[in-house]
Amino acid sequence: MTSLGVEDELNSNASCRHLMNVIMADDKDVLRDVWFGRIPACFTLSPEETTEREAEPYYLLLPRVSYLTLVTDKVKKHFLRVMKTEDVEEMWFEYEGTPLKWHYPIGVLFDLHASNTALPWNVTVHFKNFPERDLLHCSSNSVIEAHFMSCIKEADALKHKSQVINDMQKKDHKQLWMGLQNDKFDQFWAMNRKLMEYPTEEGGFRYIPFRIYQTTSDRPFIQKLFRPVSPEGHTLTLGDLLKELFPAAICAEDEPKRFQVMIHGIEPLLETPIQWLSEHLSHPDNFLHISIIPAPSD
Amino acid sequence: MPSSLLWAVDVYGRVYSLSTAGQQWEHCRDAHLEFKRVTAVQQCCWSIACDHNIYLYVHASEVPIRYQEETYENQRWNPVDGFSDRLLPSDRWQWSDITGLKHQPLGDFQLPSENWEWEADWYIDENFGGEPTEKGGWTYAIDFPATYTKDKKWNSCVRRRRWIRYRRYKAQDTWVKIPSEQTESLPDPFNDITCGGWEITEEPRGCLALWAVSLQGKVRTQFFIQSCRGSVWEEVPVPGEVVQISCGPGDLVWAVLWEGHLLVREGVGRDCLKGSSWVTVESPSPGVGVVHVAVGVNVVWAVTKDHKVWFRRGVNSHNPCGSGWIGMVGEMVMINVGLSDQVWAIGFEDRAVYFRQGVTASELSGKAWKVVSVPRDSERSHSSASASSLQSAGCFFGGEVRLQSQASMLSDADAETERAGGEVVPTPEIGDAPKPRIPKVTSDSFISELVSDREGQISRRDVPPAGPSIPEEDHPEKELEDRASPAQVLSPSQSGGVDPQWSNVDLEEAQTHLTSGPGGDAAETSSLSSVATYNLALEEPYGLDEPPKWAWVSGGGCLVECHTQLNWFNSSTSTALNSSMQAMSLSITPAQTAAWRKQIFEQLSERSKREMENFMHYEQAIEQSVWVKKGTMQWWRDWKPHKWVDVQFALEQFSGVEGNKDGILFIYYTFNDEKKYLHMFINEVTILVPVLNDSKHTFAIYTAERTKQRWPMRLAAATELEMHDWLALLSVSCCDSRGIQGPPSKQAIWSVTCKGDIFVSEPTKELEASPYPTPCAQMFWRQVGGHLRIIESNSLGVVWGIGYDHTAWVHTGGYGGGFFQGLASSTDNIYTQTDVKSVYIYENQRWNPVTGYTNRGLPTDRYMWSNASGLKECTKNNTKPPSPNWTWVSDWTIDYAVPGGTDREGWQYAADFPASYHGNKTLKDFVRRRRWARKCKLTTTGPWQEVPPIPLSDITILPCGPKSTVEQVSLWAISNKGDILCRLDTSQTPGSSWLHVGTDQPFKSISIGAVHQVWAIAKDGSAFYRGSVSAQNPAGDCWYHIPSPTGQKLKQVSVGRTSVYTVDENGNLWYRHGVTPSYPQGSSWEHISNNVRKVSVGPLDQVWVIADKVQGSHSLSCGTVCRRLGVLPMEPKGHSWDYGIGGGWDHITVRGNAMEAPRIVMPSLTDNQTATRPLQTSNQPEMNGNPVGC
Repeated sequence: MTSLGVEDELNSNASCRHLMNVIMADDKDVLRDVWFGRIPACFTLSPEETTEREAEPYYLLLPRVSYLTLVTDKVKKHFLRVMKTEDVEEMWFEYEGTPLKWHYPIGVLFDLHASNTALPWNVTVHFKNFPERDLLHCSSNSVIEAHFMSCIKEADALKHKSQVINDMQKKDHKQLWMGLQNDKFDQFWAMNRKLMEYPTEEGGFRYIPFRIYQTTSDRPFIQKLFRPVSPEGHTLTLGDLLKELFPAAICAEDEPKRFQVMIHGIEPLLETPIQWLSEHLSHPDNFLHISIIPAPSD
Repeated sequence: MPSSLLWAVDVYGRVYSLSTAGQQWEHCRDAHLEFKRVTAVQQCCWSIACDHNIYLYVHASEVPIRYQEETYENQRWNPVDGFSDRLLPSDRWQWSDITGLKHQPLGDFQLPSENWEWEADWYIDENFGGEPTEKGGWTYAIDFPATYTKDKKWNSCVRRRRWIRYRRYKAQDTWVKIPSEQTESLPDPFNDITCGGWEITEEPRGCLALWAVSLQGKVRTQFFIQSCRGSVWEEVPVPGEVVQISCGPGDLVWAVLWEGHLLVREGVGRDCLKGSSWVTVESPSPGVGVVHVAVGVNVVWAVTKDHKVWFRRGVNSHNPCGSGWIGMVGEMVMINVGLSDQVWAIGFEDRAVYFRQGVTASELSGKAWKVVSVPRDSERSHSSASASSLQSAGCFFGGEVRLQSQASMLSDADAETERAGGEVVPTPEIGDAPKPRIPKVTSDSFISELVSDREGQISRRDVPPAGPSIPEEDHPEKELEDRASPAQVLSPSQSGGVDPQWSNVDLEEAQTHLTSGPGGDAAETSSLSSVATYNLALEEPYGLDEPPKWAWVSGGGCLVECHTQLNWFNSSTSTALNSSMQAMSLSITPAQTAAWRKQIFEQLSERSKREMENFMHYEQAIEQSVWVKKGTMQWWRDWKPHKWVDVQFALEQFSGVEGNKDGILFIYYTFNDEKKYLHMFINEVTILVPVLNDSKHTFAIYTAERTKQRWPMRLAAATELEMHDWLALLSVSCCDSRGIQGPPSKQAIWSVTCKGDIFVSEPTKELEASPYPTPCAQMFWRQVGGHLRIIESNSLGVVWGIGYDHTAWVHTGGYGGGFFQGLASSTDNIYTQTDVKSVYIYENQRWNPVTGYTNRGLPTDRYMWSNASGLKECTKNNTKPPSPNWTWVSDWTIDYAVPGGTDREGWQYAADFPASYHGNKTLKDFVRRRRWARKCKLTTTGPWQEVPPIPLSDITILPCGPKSTVEQVSLWAISNKGDILCRLDTSQTPGSSWLHVGTDQPFKSISIGAVHQVWAIAKDGSAFYRGSVSAQNPAGDCWYHIPSPTGQKLKQVSVGRTSVYTVDENGNLWYRHGVTPSYPQGSSWEHISNNVRKVSVGPLDQVWVIADKVQGSHSLSCGTVCRRLGVLPMEPKGHSWDYGIGGGWDHITVRGNAMEAPRIVMPSLTDNQTATRPLQTSNQPEMNGNPVGC
């Protein structure tokens, strides 16, 4: 089945509509692409740190959907080798002067602060002067797990009045977390697909769990109740969401683009249905994290 | 499921149909008559018009309704003339029927009515019992009447030959008046009609019963057998005056008496379609009579005069009267029971059509009434209506070409809109003015007639019937006479020359529509949708804003099942919702969908490239670790002590060295207090097969080695769900380890098990390599959702399947479905699929001198209720559907269609068990048996989409070469009745419709080769070759009868690039010798093998079969996939077999695999190397294994 041209569509009828979809890659591939997204990062020790000998930078491929503190054990080990134990406090990261919030997914941090920059991503590692005002402490992985699970629960509260997550057993919750922690796509999605189900007749989730991040504001993020389908039954799109919550991101035809709307490092078209985005481009915490950054001036 | 139609009559007498796939009532345009009753079955609809005549509307079908006329030419030999038509005075006529008793010269055959036409002229039947006579069709005998033989002998004194001619019914998709035979002096026209009875006999559409009531309250009935016109109306005496009657698909017939009581017909059955007697059933509420009754297979519903609805308890064919009434909610004026006992009604208050929701086999009374609220098409212009009826297979179904041209002729704009929409996006509704041609019948009088108002009926009964009491009918009657052509074919689209008067009207309409302008459109639409103003009701009886008022509904042709998605219930504020739905479907057209989706796909791959491509040498942040899934299961320990053993089951998955995933399966068990384990590498697993077992949820795991040994590992899970979870997980794991994901390729090899499960394997180039192909035991098979009996494919990715219920399905390009959920399945392209098959059990009896046949057998006898072999006890109660996925959809019925024939009660007789059975009792018979059948149904999902409307029994798709750029692919198929069909599909889109290819007899197997060689096998076991089929002439011109191998009845045929193989009923595989381009019929059959069930010859002439009795080291398997080894261009027969997966396989198609093997250059020791080389792709001719120099 080769490509189906527009003229073929003229004689399309119900029985051949399915063939349209054949040409398009399967939506499942999006889930894989999202999960296996990696950002090459170069970790360098902050010059403020005292070391016994010079620390080599450490290169790592970071999963976009994971959390910094969850995947940087190797970084920590690497730098601890050149440091005295007494100089070491809680590790934290910074990019060009901005402390990186570990409780945002890595991809969000990168899109928000470092998109349109050269790769690898240069992250500075600190072991001192923890910026208490900007960052949460992360003493162990169980803190990350608690944060991750609370996000999932919040998302399901929005999507299904918590019905799906509450129906799951403890071990199912664990499976979600273990899936993320060990980068097990199948393990994670075997469970997560239940969280992505919805009654067909409703056309989508109750509310879309999303967060809009921006660099230019002090507010951490925008989050409101937003349904995937309008009361009149229209499918709502990314554009509809932004129109309501961040109108500045939508520019008129002739205007130069002021903002980039990034999800997982890509800019989906504004007519993309928000329900589809929520099902396919959400992070493992089941939130759709949208970064709005100023458009590059060139 | 094919769409089917609900029929209804509104209070103005207009007939509408609503397709289960559609969302609006389609007006039957050619019905310029007005109707008061309709009764529908799936293939046609009967009605009584206001002129009191009966009309029939037959749905057009791609397979024409044909009837074979035959007559015999008889000759006798005399020494002077030889054989001549000079017969002895005592002889039969020169032209007679088969018995010789009836004189029938060719010229005496007349078409029964103008609705039939001759298909061709008379011709001689050359086929004699499956063999060509080759002697002008003559068969010889000593004398009349005698046994005729093909060969002329010395004593052959007489001969005869058969002439045949087909006539076909031409008046389809139009109302045809059925001439009434009014012989009595006083006319007593019909008042009510009901149609049913097609389930009384097992032949699906063999019999149709019509019951009708006359104005004087008399009941008449007639029966249609073998889809011929029925005999005549036969009066059935009734104890009283009947006002209404209803007959179900089965043996239920109920009638309403004028006094309000009910009559039930008893004794209706296979042998007595008419029934024997009436039994009276009292009205449910004393003093309030019944005005309407409706029956189904096992239900009876009634409406009393106070509009209350009643459900009759305990009705079945043994007790047609039932046991008691239950009052139901809702106030209705009439009620109708359709297919699968679904219930339709018309409300008293609103005259809306209601559907009874939640009617299932276990809950026949249903749950609630739901109003059917869809708009009518009367608002639309003619052209758009006809175009949309194409979509919905509405009442113009099948008349596609004509209507489309008509549409474009009428208004280009409309046609454009339709095309641009592509889908069922209705064009904005136009409120066109009421048609001037609609007769101005005062609606009130008509309503009153229809709404079973007793007073009205009484008054009308008091006056002479055709008298002035029904003046409103004068007008339409006159109109009919004015307009109807003498042939009484009323459809303007049907009659060749379009009546100019009609087209004028249509044009006017179209113009009104066009000039109304866009602004007007919008206003009309919204008013239609939101505000329902009734102001037009008086001056404007056909007002559009008024919700339709219905008078009659018939669901007899409307198939609604639990999973059917009906878009008919958009709540009563329907139109607002409706328009928004339209808006929705407009806002996401496929093109736009493609845009945003494409953008995401492209950007994601760009992103991956940008962020990862140059950094793959970086360390991964998360190390891949081992993931283990554990569970408990039972494992069949197939050595001593041969039993199911509880085991721990664990799957360990890890990333292999090259990043691919792999796994190991562990089975831990304890034996003699000793802990032991077995293990199996996931990358060695070749197939996971769910096994049919009614007591355990079992599946089998094969590796290449175990396939060879016929020794799978068998496991059983505690629940079905658990088994499916494991199967899905293991399957994903196996696919991962082999790097297989996504949909099957175009080259894929498909196979089907005897359970209907579908498996697909990706061929490698080495699969057909020669001399050392990959052994087919090593092929990896993965399951695809769905349930099929037959599957066929070609290398352009066209894949069709046929279910056990003969439904045709086309592969959507998806994968997964069934129990594969989530990641193992594609998101799109998965649809609901259903299948129906019969389960058979046998009732066995033995004769003894005292009591005759009884169910008391000898102690050594088989069970009195058993399976076919008699080894297993199968009673009606303990027999379960094949697996929990199947549910019963019918009751046990006697099966008369058993090979060997039966007596009137279904018994087959034999001297003893087990023996060969025959249908009539003889003195030597001491045992008898009869077969009971019960239908069960499966509902599953899979990447299959139904191709309505014709049920098929076989299909074949033109095989193409590896780099073929064929524009159109020929498909040939056989309908379940044996008709041969053909169509052209492009590789992207399934074609639109079937073309019927005329044949003299029913067929059962068909195959088309790479150069359009079409071979077919008739039901009598003879082979035929279709001449002159080519890309330019896809249907060919005539059939050549090919003699079968001596004494064998052929069963199946498969044609590859050049090879032709057939399988006969005794399991022999035959190769056709001497097939050359100039003589494609070939010369003779050569026996290749026995124990073959089915053959599939591919585009490389590779030969694959399903074989029985394949011996492995551990067991023998039946239904095994085998491949012929040593097949080369000059040795198309090959030399030996290679054994693959099985047993339990039923079907395979290798016709998608056109991948030529890579050319292996062997270290050449001798010059004689070419003999063992792989298939040559060069044009260099070969001879005797030695290259022939140019």
